Amino acid sequence: MTVKIAVRGLEKAFGPKRVLQGVDLDVPEKQSTVIIGGSGTGKSVLLKCIIGLITPDGGSIRIDGREMVGASDDERRAVQGRIGMLFQGAALFDSLPVWENVAFGLLAEKRLGRHEAREEAVRVMRSVGLAADVADRYPAETSGGMQKRIGLARAIATKPEIIFFDEPTTGLDPIMADVINDLVRACVRDLGATAVSISHDMASVRKIADRVALIHEGRIRWEGPASSIDASGNAYVDQFIHGRAEGPIRVGQVA
Amino acid sequence: MINPFRPVGRGTLGAFETVGAITLFAATGVGRGLRGPWYPRQFLRMLVEIGYYSLPVVGLTAIFTGMVLALQSYTGFSRFEAQSAIPTIVVISMTRELGPVLAGLMVAGRVGASMAAELGTMRVTEQIDALSTLSTDPFRYLVFPRILAGLVCLPFLVLVADIIGVMGGLLVGAYKLGFPAGEWIQSTLDYLQPEDVTSGLVKAGVFGFIITLMGCYQGYNSGRGAQGVGTATTQAVVAASIMILVSNYVVTEIFFSR
Repeated sequence: MTVKIAVRGLEKAFGPKRVLQGVDLDVPEKQSTVIIGGSGTGKSVLLKCIIGLITPDGGSIRIDGREMVGASDDERRAVQGRIGMLFQGAALFDSLPVWENVAFGLLAEKRLGRHEAREEAVRVMRSVGLAADVADRYPAETSGGMQKRIGLARAIATKPEIIFFDEPTTGLDPIMADVINDLVRACVRDLGATAVSISHDMASVRKIADRVALIHEGRIRWEGPASSIDASGNAYVDQFIHGRAEGPIRVGQVA
Repeated sequence: MINPFRPVGRGTLGAFETVGAITLFAATGVGRGLRGPWYPRQFLRMLVEIGYYSLPVVGLTAIFTGMVLALQSYTGFSRFEAQSAIPTIVVISMTRELGPVLAGLMVAGRVGASMAAELGTMRVTEQIDALSTLSTDPFRYLVFPRILAGLVCLPFLVLVADIIGVMGGLLVGAYKLGFPAGEWIQSTLDYLQPEDVTSGLVKAGVFGFIITLMGCYQGYNSGRGAQGVGTATTQAVVAASIMILVSNYVVTEIFFSR
């Protein structure tokens, strides 16, 4: 198993609150790893540290063996050019039409001219089930499900090696959530990409994950294949996947 | 016992911290922006947003300011039989002070607030984070084109305000106070010095930088939620307005203190 992303002893605090307290995580290449955990346990902060949007206080993040903590802006940008991300709220650019949102990475890297970029955007949009006539609409003129698809199209348009999914099914009805799960799975498979997702939707986790890691109070409490999650023997995992109030995870406790 | 100096010290340190953060933000925005890549579409969009759409509000402000200035000067100067100085008073006041300051304050209200709200919303909805994941530096894409457009547009707007303000004074002078229009224009041109206009244009450039910098800084560092964006918008306008008034004195001192 080749490790694409290796996280060691990652720490991050916001004032007195220590959100990450020594996270260790290996993300295998060309597999889909899902990080699960309750709200406020550090999932999003971990993801943003890996992408380079938040600077950690300590520890190490290696992508393809290259250290990212303390890397220069240019080094970080070179890595960011190989990643795609679907944000929880899609994070589409309001001032740009849908096709420009999808083609943004292609235009930013000057891989294509505007005309070619538009054609490529429409092609990618079709691959996630969006009709060509959506291309000239603005994000505000589309539904929540469509915005997720547009965000997904934008994340995969540059054919990234690593794709991050931040709660891809949050806020969607169960049918649309399943459609998005299928698309996530298909995108990762077709691109041969490494995927890292964060989620607390167990239906989504079971559908898109090859491996699962559970984070609680800023540490990884369990990590293993998705197929063994029901027989993990880990109290944190058992409590989380069955949604029980009783167990080692205390909701609303003071950290 | 509570140390009475503690709040003063905390406030002073906080002020220095804020000044340092704004300076670093400006240096990062300009430094990275100058190195490229450049985004001409963003710059053109900002030129239209700041320069073109601010014309009505700046023009209206200028014409009524020029009209009031002529009227007020007349009521005061007629006591000393000094009515002939009114065209000069109007043009010097407009070009040196009222044109730049009033245009700056109006643009701070319109553009500074809109920039802070736009960038603040982009921050809250993770659009700024999304830019980074798409190999695009937010400072180069969002901040630098706005600051550059502010630097270019404000002198243009102030020049328009100067002309319209002087026209406003002429309207009142010619149609209400009974001055011959030709004499008014001749008097305006005779006593107007190039320095009167250039000092106003330099002020305008400084104000343009301040307005766009504060709009970008407050929006970029906006807090979470609707309240965070609202606070950022208010702070952008208040801070820009205060800085306009302070820098106006500094530039005036540099130009005319000899």
